Amino acid sequence: MSGYWSDILVGSKSLLTGMMITAREFFRPVVTENYPYEVPVMTERFRGHIELIPNEESGKPNCIACMACQRACPSDCISLKGSKKEGDKKKSLDSYILDFTKCSLCGSCVESCNFNALRFSKEYNLASFNKDDFIIDLLKRLEDQN
Amino acid sequence: METSIWRPIIYLVGIMAFAGVNAAYLGWCERKGAGRIQRRPGPKEVGPAGLLQPLADGIKLMTKQLLVPQGVDGIIFRVAPVIAMIPAITSMVVIPFSGNIQARAMELSVLLLFALASLAMIAILLGGWASGNKYAIISSARAVSQNLAYEIPMLLTVIAIVMISGSMNLRDIAIDQQGGFWHWNIFRFENGHFLYMWVGFIIFFICSIAETNRAPFDMAEAESELVAGFMTEYSSMGFGLFMMGEYLNIVVGACLTATLFLGGWDCPFGQTPGVWWFLLKIYILIFTVIWVRWTFPRTQVYRLLNLSWKILIPFSLVNVLVTAAFIKVF
Amino acid sequence: MTLPVELRHDETFVLNLGPQHPATHGVLRVKLTMDGEYIVHAEPVLGYIHRMHEKIAEAGSFPQFMPNTARMDYLHALAFNHGYALVVEKAAGIEVPERAEYIRVITVELNRIASHLLWWAAFLLDLGGFTPLLYAFDDREKVLDLLERITGSRLTYCYMRFGGVYNDIDDEFIAGTRDFIRRLRSRMPRLYHDLVTHNIILIKRITDIGFISAEQCRRYGATGPVARGSGIDFDVRKNEPYSVYPEFDFDVPVYHECDSMARYMVRVDEMEQSMRIIEQALDKLPDGPVQAKVPKNLKPEAGYYYSAVETARGSLGHRLVCDGGKNPYKLKLRSPTFSNLSLFGEVAEGMLLADALAFMGSLDLVIPEIDR
Repeated sequence: MSGYWSDILVGSKSLLTGMMITAREFFRPVVTENYPYEVPVMTERFRGHIELIPNEESGKPNCIACMACQRACPSDCISLKGSKKEGDKKKSLDSYILDFTKCSLCGSCVESCNFNALRFSKEYNLASFNKDDFIIDLLKRLEDQN
Repeated sequence: METSIWRPIIYLVGIMAFAGVNAAYLGWCERKGAGRIQRRPGPKEVGPAGLLQPLADGIKLMTKQLLVPQGVDGIIFRVAPVIAMIPAITSMVVIPFSGNIQARAMELSVLLLFALASLAMIAILLGGWASGNKYAIISSARAVSQNLAYEIPMLLTVIAIVMISGSMNLRDIAIDQQGGFWHWNIFRFENGHFLYMWVGFIIFFICSIAETNRAPFDMAEAESELVAGFMTEYSSMGFGLFMMGEYLNIVVGACLTATLFLGGWDCPFGQTPGVWWFLLKIYILIFTVIWVRWTFPRTQVYRLLNLSWKILIPFSLVNVLVTAAFIKVF
Repeated sequence: MTLPVELRHDETFVLNLGPQHPATHGVLRVKLTMDGEYIVHAEPVLGYIHRMHEKIAEAGSFPQFMPNTARMDYLHALAFNHGYALVVEKAAGIEVPERAEYIRVITVELNRIASHLLWWAAFLLDLGGFTPLLYAFDDREKVLDLLERITGSRLTYCYMRFGGVYNDIDDEFIAGTRDFIRRLRSRMPRLYHDLVTHNIILIKRITDIGFISAEQCRRYGATGPVARGSGIDFDVRKNEPYSVYPEFDFDVPVYHECDSMARYMVRVDEMEQSMRIIEQALDKLPDGPVQAKVPKNLKPEAGYYYSAVETARGSLGHRLVCDGGKNPYKLKLRSPTFSNLSLFGEVAEGMLLADALAFMGSLDLVIPEIDR
C-alpha cells in the first residue's frame, strides 16, 4: 500500500517536472538551420566528390595520368586516359570520368596521388533524378570552372 | 424561444465553421507548439508562419485516391471515418459558448455528450475491424478497453458536479457558476467544495485526454508499435476525417471541462462574462493537451488500465462520496 | 516473471513485424506468433540488408576494405575502423605513434557518445516520446560537427589508416570537444534525467521488462551494455586492453537488475565515462607524428590474427587469415548486435507486444551490422 501512495506522489511530481522542462524549452530560441536560406559552410576537410586541381600558372590539371588513383579505388569509380602531347615532357589528361554512383567517398584516390592533382570538392547538393548526372567528367568540370 | 427558420440555419453554419476551422487549425497549432517545445520553427513555408499549411494539407488529402484494399469490408470501411466526425460535430449543439450563444439548451445535455463520446469509440472499432489488418484489429481492441475504462471515472466526477449544481443541463451548470472564480466548481468556496474539487478536475482532465486517444494514452494509434493502429489502411480523406475527428474530440473535451469546472463563459473576476472567456479557457486547455503530448512517452496498455481501475476509479468514487457529505454537512 | 495469463498455443495468429516497421529501425523482420497481444513465439528474420562485406574484404587489398568497415555499424563507425586497423597492424607488425593512438581513442569515444545519444533518442521514440529525440539530436549534432571538422564526413567516417590516422587534430577541435563535454554535462541532469529517466511513465514502462539473466547472456554470447545490464562485468577496454585504454582511469558501469531499465542506465552512465576518457586523453595528448611509415603494398605474413574492440553495442572481433598475399585470405567479423539480437526470441516469449518492442529498443540494434 505504501508503494501505491508513493507512486502517486512521486509520479505526479516527476510529471510536473517534465512539463516545466518542456515549458521552459518552449520559450527558448529555435536552433534549426534554415537550410535553403542559410547555406552551411563546409569545413576545410569536408569530403565531397573529388575534383582536379588546376595548375596555378596554366590552369590545366596537375595530373600526369599515372593511374595511381584508378588502382587505389576500391570500387572502380575512376576511369582516366592520358597521352603524351607533342612538345610536352609529361603525359597529360585526355579524359577523367568519375562514376559517383559507385563512390563511397573514402578518399583513397586523394591519398594515393603524389602529384597534388586531386582534392575533395565542397559539393554537397547532389540530388538528381537522373543517373547520368552522377557520371561526372572532371576535366570538363574544371574547364567550366575556369 | 422564437421559432424562426433562421436560427437553426445560422447555428448549423456557425457550428460547421467552428468545427472546420478548429479541426484544420489545431493541426497547425499542434505542429507549431511541438516545434517550439523541440526548439524548431514548425511549419513555416506555406503562407506567413505556415498559416496556409492546413489548407495545403487538405487539398493534398482530398486529391489523393481513397484506397480500399482487397479483403476489407467495403461499406463499413467507408462509413467509419464519417462516424468519427458526426458525434464530434453533433456534440457542439449542446455546448453553451456563452449566455446567449447555444444552439439548443437540452435538459439532459451532459448525458447526450457522453452518449456521443462513446460513438467516437465505435468509429475506431469499426474502422479497425473493417480494415482486416492485424495491427488495426489490435488497435481497435485496445481502444475499446481503454474507452470503457476511462468512461467510468469520467462519469463519476461528472456525477459530483451534477450533485452540486442539481442539473444535467450544461447551461444551468454554467449559470450556477457565474460571478467570479470563487464560484467555479473547481475553486467553489460555498460548502467548502474547493477542498477536493481540484482532484475531480484532474481526474476529469486525464480522462478526457484518454478518451480522445491522445498521447500519453494513444494506445490505439501507437505509431511505434502498431504503425498507425486503426488508421493503417486509410488514405486520403478517410485518414483526414479520422484526424479531424480526433481534434474535434479534443475541442469538445475542452469545452466540457471548461463548462463543468471552469465556469463556462464566466470572467474570473466577475466583471465581463462573455464568449471570449470561454474561448480563452478552451484554448488554454487545448494547449495543455498538446503540451502534455509532446512531453511524455506513451504508457503501456496494462499500465493505462491500472491507472484507471486502481487509481482514478477509487478516487472518483471517494470524490462522489465526499461531495455528498459536504453538501449534506455544510 | 510470471505471466498474468496462461498462453494458449492453439488460438494464435502470426503478426509480421517488419521489414518496414517504425520500431525495428531498419530492415529487421520479426515473425511473431501471437495470442491476442501476448507473444507466444518470436523469430527474427535476418538478411534483408546483407551486402557480403566479408567477401568484399577478400576481393580487395587491405586498405581498400577500410571504407567498408564504416558501413557496417553506421552509428559507431570509428570503432569498426579502429578494430580493422588494429587487426591489420597486428598482422603486419606496424607500430602506431602514440599521438595517433590517443587521437583514435578520443574520436572513438566521441563517436560512442554520439551513438548512445542516438540510441537514447530512438529508444524514446519507440516508447512514443518524440521531444527527447530532438534534444538528443541537438547534442549529437555538436559531436558530428566536431568529427566532421577532423574526418571530413559526418557518419561513415573513413578516418583511421594502418599505422595512424588520416588527419591530425587541431586546437579548435580540442577546445570544441571540451566545450561539448561541458555542455552535455550541464544538459544531462535536466533534459535527460529529470525529463526522462525519473519520469514515472518511463520507469513503469521499462523496469522489470525484458529480463535477461547473466546465464542467458553467456549462452548467447551477448556483450556490451546488454551483458553489463545483467551484472556481467565485462568490457573489452578493461578486460582485454587494447590501444592506450590502460592509461585512463574510467569505470565500467554494471547493473544487476537485468531489465531494460538496467541497460538504459548502463548506456547513460557510459556516456559520462566516455567523457572522462576524452578529458584525460586531451590532457595527456602527446606530440609527435600521427602516421607511421607503412609500406605501400601491405603483405602480412601468413597466419591467423584476432583482435577485439569494444563498440557502443559490445565486443567486436576481427579474425583475419592471411596467406602472405596482398589481399586478406579471409576476414571474419564477430559483431555484437547479432548475439544480442539472438536473445530476443527467447526473452520475448510471453511478453506483450508493447513490452517486446520496448525490450527490442533496449537492445540497441543496428541492422546493417547484423547482416553485414
